[in-house]
Amino acid sequence: MNIDALFNINPYSLGKKEKSKLLSNYLAELTRHHYMKSVHYKAMVDAMSFDINSEVTYTELPFLPVRLFKLNHLSSIANKDISKTMISSGTSGQQPSKIFLDKETSLRQTKVLAKIVSEFTGSTRSPMIILDSISVLKNRNMFSARGAGIIGFSMFGTKRVYALKENMELDIESLGAFVRDHQESRIFIFGFTFMIYKHFIKELQKKKINLDLSNAILIHGGGWKKLESQSISPKEFKKLLADLTGLKSIYDYYGMVEQTGSICMECEYGHLHTSIFSDIIIRRPYDFSVAEIGEIGIIQTVSILPKSYPGHSLLTEDEGILLGEDDCQCGRLGKYFQVIGRLKNAEIRGCSDTYAS
Amino acid sequence: MQRYEDVVIPMQANLKDIEIINQTALDDFDALIKSRPYDIFSDDDIDYLNELSRVLLKDQRTRSYPDVATFSFFCRRSNLIGLKNKFKIEGRIEVGRGILFHIAPSNVPVNFAYSLIVGLLSGNINIVKVPSKNFEQVEIIVNAINNLSRDRRYKSVSNRIFLVKYDRDNNHATKYFSSICNVRIIWGGNESIRRIRENALPPRAFDVTFPDRYSLCVINADSYIAEKNTSKVAEGFYNDTYLFDQNACTSPHLIVWLGSKQNVKKSQSIFWHSLHALVKDRYTLQSVQVVDKITEFFNQSLNIEGIKKSKTKDNLLWRIKLERLDGNIEDFRCSGGYFNEYHASSISEITSVINTKYQTMSYYGIPKKELIEFIHQEKPNGIDRITPIGKTMDFSFNWDGYDLVHTLSRVIEVS
Repeated sequence: MNIDALFNINPYSLGKKEKSKLLSNYLAELTRHHYMKSVHYKAMVDAMSFDINSEVTYTELPFLPVRLFKLNHLSSIANKDISKTMISSGTSGQQPSKIFLDKETSLRQTKVLAKIVSEFTGSTRSPMIILDSISVLKNRNMFSARGAGIIGFSMFGTKRVYALKENMELDIESLGAFVRDHQESRIFIFGFTFMIYKHFIKELQKKKINLDLSNAILIHGGGWKKLESQSISPKEFKKLLADLTGLKSIYDYYGMVEQTGSICMECEYGHLHTSIFSDIIIRRPYDFSVAEIGEIGIIQTVSILPKSYPGHSLLTEDEGILLGEDDCQCGRLGKYFQVIGRLKNAEIRGCSDTYAS
Repeated sequence: MQRYEDVVIPMQANLKDIEIINQTALDDFDALIKSRPYDIFSDDDIDYLNELSRVLLKDQRTRSYPDVATFSFFCRRSNLIGLKNKFKIEGRIEVGRGILFHIAPSNVPVNFAYSLIVGLLSGNINIVKVPSKNFEQVEIIVNAINNLSRDRRYKSVSNRIFLVKYDRDNNHATKYFSSICNVRIIWGGNESIRRIRENALPPRAFDVTFPDRYSLCVINADSYIAEKNTSKVAEGFYNDTYLFDQNACTSPHLIVWLGSKQNVKKSQSIFWHSLHALVKDRYTLQSVQVVDKITEFFNQSLNIEGIKKSKTKDNLLWRIKLERLDGNIEDFRCSGGYFNEYHASSISEITSVINTKYQTMSYYGIPKKELIEFIHQEKPNGIDRITPIGKTMDFSFNWDGYDLVHTLSRVIEVS
């Protein structure tokens, strides 16, 4: 299966009908591919009594819960072909996800990320500030989600500076110098939402530092869970950054280590967009049926990139709402949506733990 | 007994962050821990519990909580006399062991109360850690206990009850109560038991623990097929499972079907259909439980060959068809309506998978005689209780294989 043709068109240029046909073809093929290559995947699909030769639209294909990647090693390649292993930031006490990449899938991820992000940053590379510490990249064979994100986005930078020292302290001297040196260019900034808040925004506030980033563009991701607990909304986050640095171009993205590359970028109207390489399906918890626009449900993400591991159709543990399709004011085609946040932990009865809260 | 002198830390310091929730005990904790044990099934205790039952049944709120109502009925004199006749051995002197320290589960509201009454009827003084969560059921029962504590007739029994609430991280309290008790009763969660056990007990004291268990249900389709009141069976099964999110130790996770192939097939259709109607009507499914179910299912499919998900209308009920019965089947379970099903040729076919983790086997359509025979012949490594469908939650003084009254009392021999 070849996805090269898709690199010749704009990543937001396919309407519902065309995109559905394209995804159905690619994803059905991937389903068959993993069925043949992964005994684990085959066992799961068989247990669901799903016929891999049935002609269905992509919404009817099986989906795997992301947590499975924490419980099992799922791979569709021989061990000798593994070129990179990515690990998710596992929540405390949990095993992290392990994602096995070969050269092909890894290259696809890089190319698709470039394709999507350059729609926002432009195709020329810029001086880049990474709002994180270089220590995240210590182990080059095991990539954490943060490390993978940094490496992935680093390709958009010419010169790069890490804004945080190894001890996560803001390196204001290097940062100030970097900004002065590149006054004339548009600086590209990348970081993880919570890190930006904790080690950048808070530090600027505390030390009353002014930094002029009015000509820069920031792309950030990683979710709002930790900020929610500090009651910082996306709107407030943007306002804080604008007030402190003059930053106006701020784009959040939704992505996960299990589907690196095909991220969903936030547009100028604050909506997350799926590209032609991926899609989201909001499912009703009650019966997994597909929810209507405006209805809260569990987010399923599909991506045509994962070939080395069976992660092309995943049920996340996030709740979201589909806002619309093909009709966002920003002009991009495809579905656009909003992430509500993690599913709430269940409150269950029963004589399990006297120590449970 | 040297017990009290062993306590180095002054009691007040240990009780600082504890909420004492019953009234009279508060004035005189020292007297409480120095009071003497009672005979098992003493008249005072039976009078007290009968009165407690009366107070509870008078409370308007009791009606809206079947668990409180069931508890109230359990405490009636007639029931207790029945238990006394069953458990008290004529001519044998048996008194309480002294102080019991009960640690009740945090998510079953009335469990603490059953633990308490078995503690009283076995003649002991009771320190009970009640759930820290605010359940109205707990409030109703504590309120009744407080009512009685103002009554002089019940003073001596009231003084043997000390109900506390404290944060699970308050290890000082657990340490202190452990250091003065004669028996520590820990209701489940293997992890809870492990953590609580880090606190030493006096040399002669011991733990009675109720760890995580696994339960199953056996249905004889050849009988079920003739059942007229299938909704009543479903109701019973619902109470065994969904009522406690299929997360009580007694809740079945494995359903073993017996009978002819044809009858099993028909029965399954009727059984699950009638259960589903009830679940749809009463149960609130949380989104994350759905993700739990699908995750568990795929995880199970990677570890047990040949499983198939039976088609169901929605996610309220997941049925997993097993081709064969594997010894690790108890590892694949999920709360909130996730059932493994197996068609066995006979009840003895399941013996090989039963290990010490198995607790309750509920049944339908099997004569009691056959069940007794099954235990005598097969002597499985596990299964401590065999009850009809709908009765798995019924409290009994024989629990988890312990005869609680005799475990919590001591026999005095006079020769």
